[in-house]
Amino acid sequence: MNHFKVTIGLFIPCYIDQFYPQVGIATLELLEKLGLDVGYPLLQTCCGQPMANSGCEKKAVKVYQKFVKNFSSFDYVVSPSGSCVYHVREHYNILEQTEQVKKVRQSTFELCEFLLDILKVDDLQIHFPHKVGIHQSCHGLRGLKIGTGSELVTKKQSKIHSLLAKAEGLEIVELDREDECCGFGGIFSIFHPDVSVKMGKDRVADHERHWAEYITATDMSCLMHLEGIIRRQNRPVKVKHIAEILNTARR
Amino acid sequence: MINHAKAAKAFLRNEKRTDWHDQALWFVRQKRDRAVNQLPEWEQLRETASQIKGATLSKLAHHLLEFERQALQNGVYVHWANDAEDFNRCVLKIIRKHNATKVVKSKSMLTEECHLNPFLECEGIEVVDTDLGERIIQFRNEPPSHIVLPAIHLKKEEIGELFHVKLGTEAGASDPTYLTHAACAHLREKFLQAEVAITGVNFAVAETGAVVVCTNEGNADMGVNAAKVQIHCMGIEKVIPRTADLAVFTRMLARSATGQAVTTYTSHYLKPVPGKEMHVIIVDNGRTDILKKPQFLNSLKCIRCGACMNTCPVYRRSGGHSYGSTIPGPIGSILAPGSDLKQYRDLPFASSLCGSCSNVCPVKINIHEQLYSWRQEVSSARLLRTGKSITMSVMAKILSNSSHYQAVGLIARRLLARLPRKMIYNSFNVWGLGRELPEPPASSFNQWYRQNRKNTKL
Repeated sequence: MNHFKVTIGLFIPCYIDQFYPQVGIATLELLEKLGLDVGYPLLQTCCGQPMANSGCEKKAVKVYQKFVKNFSSFDYVVSPSGSCVYHVREHYNILEQTEQVKKVRQSTFELCEFLLDILKVDDLQIHFPHKVGIHQSCHGLRGLKIGTGSELVTKKQSKIHSLLAKAEGLEIVELDREDECCGFGGIFSIFHPDVSVKMGKDRVADHERHWAEYITATDMSCLMHLEGIIRRQNRPVKVKHIAEILNTARR
Repeated sequence: MINHAKAAKAFLRNEKRTDWHDQALWFVRQKRDRAVNQLPEWEQLRETASQIKGATLSKLAHHLLEFERQALQNGVYVHWANDAEDFNRCVLKIIRKHNATKVVKSKSMLTEECHLNPFLECEGIEVVDTDLGERIIQFRNEPPSHIVLPAIHLKKEEIGELFHVKLGTEAGASDPTYLTHAACAHLREKFLQAEVAITGVNFAVAETGAVVVCTNEGNADMGVNAAKVQIHCMGIEKVIPRTADLAVFTRMLARSATGQAVTTYTSHYLKPVPGKEMHVIIVDNGRTDILKKPQFLNSLKCIRCGACMNTCPVYRRSGGHSYGSTIPGPIGSILAPGSDLKQYRDLPFASSLCGSCSNVCPVKINIHEQLYSWRQEVSSARLLRTGKSITMSVMAKILSNSSHYQAVGLIARRLLARLPRKMIYNSFNVWGLGRELPEPPASSFNQWYRQNRKNTKL
């Protein structure tokens, strides 16, 4: 595939845009390092998931339409968020399925997925000499199937593990519960705060039991929730989005 | 109206106990994992099971009528009940016909759903649940907290105290074997006295008219064989076309439920013993309403294994009672709104939508997708909490307009950076009750991009 001929629309979800610009920057830099033509539509806002998960998908239609309009001119849309990508792919079914809508839904990819399935990168030459715990964000794992859920009896694969397998100095720690939900769940974190926080605490404890220095994930939303708990409880473990680790790749 | 978050908060107050509950159920999930991984064809079995159920549901009336025909030929009395009240009266009529007052019961979530026990008790009939867990919660006068492990919320010490009061076991004794023996002795009396035995039904085979009950304790057999009248209660969705289909489900049920290869007893009841009576009651109680809704009818495939409860990270940390419905957990959260949307409107939200339930489900019910769909139904029926509804309207407005979105983001970040902690972390900030908010960066990615990349594509 000739990377220079395709155009990539960079989709930076609202909460990453506002609170974690470094994740957006890492994603952009990484894609640029790979020689891709990356555009960032300045008028983008959100995929509309917060409304839809609250039961108000009809109220989100305008936001959906805005997303489609912003990204329909690109060959691929790439985002450092499995959850938002899953939402575009799965839940934009309530829009009239015009060619534009269909194209955007089919061409929107989560970053790791894009790197492996479309670009077919092999060794990014990542340098990250730390013990890392991988948090398998649910929508990426079970929705986009960027890994095999522990419930299934099929051949195990994990795109994050594949991408980090050859990373220099990086040690992936084993967890007691390899893919339990962190408890963020979007509006769940607000309307069910007690269970949400307890789930997060238990996840952090699992990573700490196995001496992870960093928790990484495809979704900053999970990490925002876990980081909130880590900081409240003054825990030593840190969070880092997968894009930031991948961006340690040499040119 | 059920408020799951509130009930969960109460459950979580004792964190150590929550950890114990979580671990106990996770242990069952792990047992299930080991059991299913011994079958390389597991995913194929799931697909087959799902398709058998799907095909059966698409011609449900046909299969039920065939079942009835066969059962009648076998000399079985077949009754149809439209709703819980119909069902309860039907059971009572059979009991009254035999002038019976003592009933034993085993393995039936349907009788829980229809509140049969309190109904019969009001009519002066003694009903004894004979499965150990069921008996424990019957003594405590509370509903089951799990469909397979009804007393999983209780510790052995609590059961020891309960049995001391109810059965006269030694004070302070909590040895499970000792307590189980005490329960067995007590239940043996009840089995010998019982005139009528009631069981649930795991599968009803249309081509033979047999009902199949899967148990570990063998109480269905004890009851049925000792009493002169046996009553089997089934929801309309329990029918399967052929005995051959049964082989698929019996391989999956126990593996999914407890990690056993098969339940200790798989009892087939075909016809009454000469001189005795066998009844089957086929109950609708709202199921045809679900059948009419294409996006929810898959929920009727459920074989009641409870695997979705064991895997659910929310259920494990909030307990079965927090759902306030007969069937708790993920499957309960998609079944209950179908029976009473207003009462159970909160349940579809009692999930992080992680999807583990759908992956673990032996009949491939898309549970988490149905939770999402039920949320839309709640909203369409104008049953969302006002606060939530207004918040979402405002958010949708802001996110439909780039400059409004950027302005609100900027203000939020600035306020977060400048306001004193007390003004940010208060009771209005639900996020902040157990978590820190993110540290606000000086600029958004959007701002950074405008400053750092020239050839901006719009």
